[in-house]
Amino acid sequence: MGGYGDVKLLREDGLRLDGRKIDEMRPIEIEAGTLPGADGSAWVKHGLNVAVAAVYGPMEAHPRKIQRQDRCVIDVRYNMAPFSTSDRIRPGYNRRSREISKVTAEALESVVICERYPRSKIRVEIEILSAEAGTRCVGITAAAVALADAGIPMRDLLVGVASGKVEDTVVLDLDKAEDNYGQADLPVGILPNTGEIAFLQMDGDLSPDEFNLAMEYNFKAAAEIHDIMVDALKRRYEGGEN
Amino acid sequence: MSQGQIGAELRLVTPGMAIGPLSGKRVGSGALAQNEEIIATRLGWVRELNDTVSVDPINSTYMPRSGDLIIAIVAEVRNNLWFMNVNGPFQGLLPMSLAPWKVEFGAARQHMGIGDVVMARVQEVDECHNVVLTMKGVGLRRLNEGSILSVPVNHVDRIRGNNNETLHRLREICDCRIMVGDNGRVWIDGNAEGTSWARSAIELASKSGHKLSFEAELSALENDAPKRGDA
Repeated sequence: MGGYGDVKLLREDGLRLDGRKIDEMRPIEIEAGTLPGADGSAWVKHGLNVAVAAVYGPMEAHPRKIQRQDRCVIDVRYNMAPFSTSDRIRPGYNRRSREISKVTAEALESVVICERYPRSKIRVEIEILSAEAGTRCVGITAAAVALADAGIPMRDLLVGVASGKVEDTVVLDLDKAEDNYGQADLPVGILPNTGEIAFLQMDGDLSPDEFNLAMEYNFKAAAEIHDIMVDALKRRYEGGEN
Repeated sequence: MSQGQIGAELRLVTPGMAIGPLSGKRVGSGALAQNEEIIATRLGWVRELNDTVSVDPINSTYMPRSGDLIIAIVAEVRNNLWFMNVNGPFQGLLPMSLAPWKVEFGAARQHMGIGDVVMARVQEVDECHNVVLTMKGVGLRRLNEGSILSVPVNHVDRIRGNNNETLHRLREICDCRIMVGDNGRVWIDGNAEGTSWARSAIELASKSGHKLSFEAELSALENDAPKRGDA
């Protein structure tokens, strides 16, 4: 992430290579309840990223040694499909997917009211079907919608979003070139209603001012994504009850 | 902070959404109080009854409560007890002392095997979600005939209706025996045509139970019901 000197990521007119402004997100679409067999599910398309999340449970936690007497455990499995990038990914768990599964589970555990289901397990499967950049954020957003769709009690809808730095400029929502050749990446998981942060990682260097600006972009984007998530959930159950 | 559809009759809320100010109201299930506001914790419909604000979830898992009448399926048999699938995260336990028969130690299999379906009541649920069932009581028995349907747990009340009105109506129309367990399992027994109609009515409830149009759809389905004595 140190930057690659001669790679130009910002145009002379101040826009980015794909024509976005520095604080502009890639287009995002969300649908809830896309997998009929799952207890809850969601499909998220964010730029060229496509993620599907499925939630099963709460169910009895197995093996018994993972059970916690006072709360449930959230078992997240993040996986990138072999065809999700131009270079074929070797199927199965790897070090990266293991790390992302772990941090996603920890982020979701701080949002889900786990005390409601002692000794249980909630299984969250996140499959990345197409990857551009920021798949962990897309996965978190998809998982949050799927958990809400499954009726799991949560304090808020967790939103995954990222900012970063390219050519010494803080930008929102990095695309693939910016992720590969930029100077920093700051993915966060935000609870938009309370403003809390459930997950934060940083790759590269940001000064305190740059960090604050990146977080400002992230919070603004999180509010926008949250509205789309709410809209997706409401669309699924339109018709109302009497 | 995003708001629910305050002022409207229908208020679909999502987790984290503010339902309204606390102002002396009590917080029911599916909601929590935070900074003098009531916040939804589940996706569902806001319900306000006797100054208690709660959220009726659209989807939920069956969490057994003491006294629930449920339809359970035998999952495992031991010498002196049965483990029952109660359609929830945990299996229920039916000890031979709470079975309706006199069971000798080691003879549990002679009375019920894996896959057998029973009508049972939840006797006890402890804080760790250990569930004890009983089959001692009026109407609690092994269900030897009929078929089982699963519906979302939150639609059980919809199928029953106020004072079981909808359930009585369904029974009348199709001339079948129908029992609805609190755990989202429905038992239907009757002639082929009646059973088939009852299944479609229950499936309609499980698919459209949360919609405003449910009553109208059920009435339309009623017109296709088999006439009594047809079979």
